[in-house]
Amino acid sequence: MMNGTFMGYQRANGDIGIRNHLLIIPTVICSNQVCNRIMQMVPGGVAIPHQHGCSQIGADKDRTFDVLAGTGKNPNVGAVIIISLGCEVVDPAALAEEIRKTGKPVEFFDIQSVGGSVKAISHGAELAKRMMADLEKQEKVPVPWNKLKVGVKCGGSDATSGLSSNPALGAAADSLIAEGGSIVIGETTEIIGAEHLLAERCVTPEVSNQLYHIVNRFEDEVQRMGADMRGGNPSPGNIAGGLSTIEEKSLGCISKCGKAPIQGVIEYAENIPDHGLYFMDSPGNDIECVSGMAAGGAHIVCFTTGRGTPTGAAVIPVIKITGNKMTFRNMEDNMDVDVSDMLDGTGSLEQAGDRIWQEIKEVAEGKWTKAEVLGHQEFSINRIGPSL
Amino acid sequence: MEHRIESGADALYMDERDHVATALRDMKAGETVQYRNAEGLRAVTVVDDIPFGHKVAVVAVEEGADVRKYGEVIGRAVVSITVGQHVHVHNIEGIRGRGDLGSKEAAAQ
Repeated sequence: MMNGTFMGYQRANGDIGIRNHLLIIPTVICSNQVCNRIMQMVPGGVAIPHQHGCSQIGADKDRTFDVLAGTGKNPNVGAVIIISLGCEVVDPAALAEEIRKTGKPVEFFDIQSVGGSVKAISHGAELAKRMMADLEKQEKVPVPWNKLKVGVKCGGSDATSGLSSNPALGAAADSLIAEGGSIVIGETTEIIGAEHLLAERCVTPEVSNQLYHIVNRFEDEVQRMGADMRGGNPSPGNIAGGLSTIEEKSLGCISKCGKAPIQGVIEYAENIPDHGLYFMDSPGNDIECVSGMAAGGAHIVCFTTGRGTPTGAAVIPVIKITGNKMTFRNMEDNMDVDVSDMLDGTGSLEQAGDRIWQEIKEVAEGKWTKAEVLGHQEFSINRIGPSL
Repeated sequence: MEHRIESGADALYMDERDHVATALRDMKAGETVQYRNAEGLRAVTVVDDIPFGHKVAVVAVEEGADVRKYGEVIGRAVVSITVGQHVHVHNIEGIRGRGDLGSKEAAAQ
């Protein structure tokens, strides 16, 4: 074990945070602009504009609620303002109540009651100013490494992903699990053709069956569309990078979660348990997947890429890792860790894994990722039903 | 044990069951390139231009047969593939996620 602690934020419910954001949540697309304006007026505030929150029913409506609630509950968030229009299906009072279970301060109001955009922006900015001042007073304290939860994700993959960056990230994932922390892997679409290898590592037959079940469910959806998934996934860029089929992509993907046993399969945006490796049922789509992990309580997502991508996330740092030397040079603006030395024989898998593990530790202790420096705050909610 | 890719090869061969190796540099048709298997360095003459990250056949594959990389099935050959050929979307197809082929059972045929 390492020293056991690092400097982070202690939350009332026992969670630890590595950032201290004021989150501004629109319950519905109609309040996006008001939230964005408030964010601009109060530096340090983070708004999460999205397309949803109305004309939704059933599991689709619940999914939007769960992602908004989970993002508010994320331990990197210190305080929350919820802004609704006043007539949408996502209930702001229920959302506030859910997030308040963590013990963090939550305020909410609706634009219709306050009397339009200008008054709502003014009212929201007043709240934000006060809540931000309180957040600023909170000091970091020693918190345990074994409370850290890290998501592993790949996007914009090419052939180097499966050969270098994903196995290297897997080695780093094993290091965190050895410290008692949690790793979550997602992208159900991107284990198609490789699910038997992960199923063998599930701790019980029930977990293994659950893993097969979610893959079948996804594949049935593709079947229902009546199309070959090639072209959508693997994407045109994946194919240009040398990946020929979803099976090949999947076999390269799974190494990013390391070699630990899989403790459980959790739903999209469901809370990630403490300690060990978990699988979150989620799409391969980068932003939807990362947003689901953040809503599940991940503190950081480690993101491997072969082609290169700028993506960040609203409330969590995203560490970008590539095993493609050209991509590291070409997109250095966006890349945090270069593990391309694995492919020319000058560096080992263990060295590359250690480089990523060191970066995780530094970012947990406050170092900004490239995505944070550039203000990348991507956020997207996976949709599973029709718009009514 | 430290895991390191030994230098000196132009293409990476992952598993002894594989039909393909992955190009570690751009390759030109007619070139003889090297990859490493359990027996040591092996040579193959590439018959197509093969970009970095793409696959070269190191074992012939018959039409309709499974194609392996990482020791696992990555798809099947839609035409016969000879040693040295570029292996990609023009000569292999996925078996999974094939809504275009009707039922999953039909796709698996």
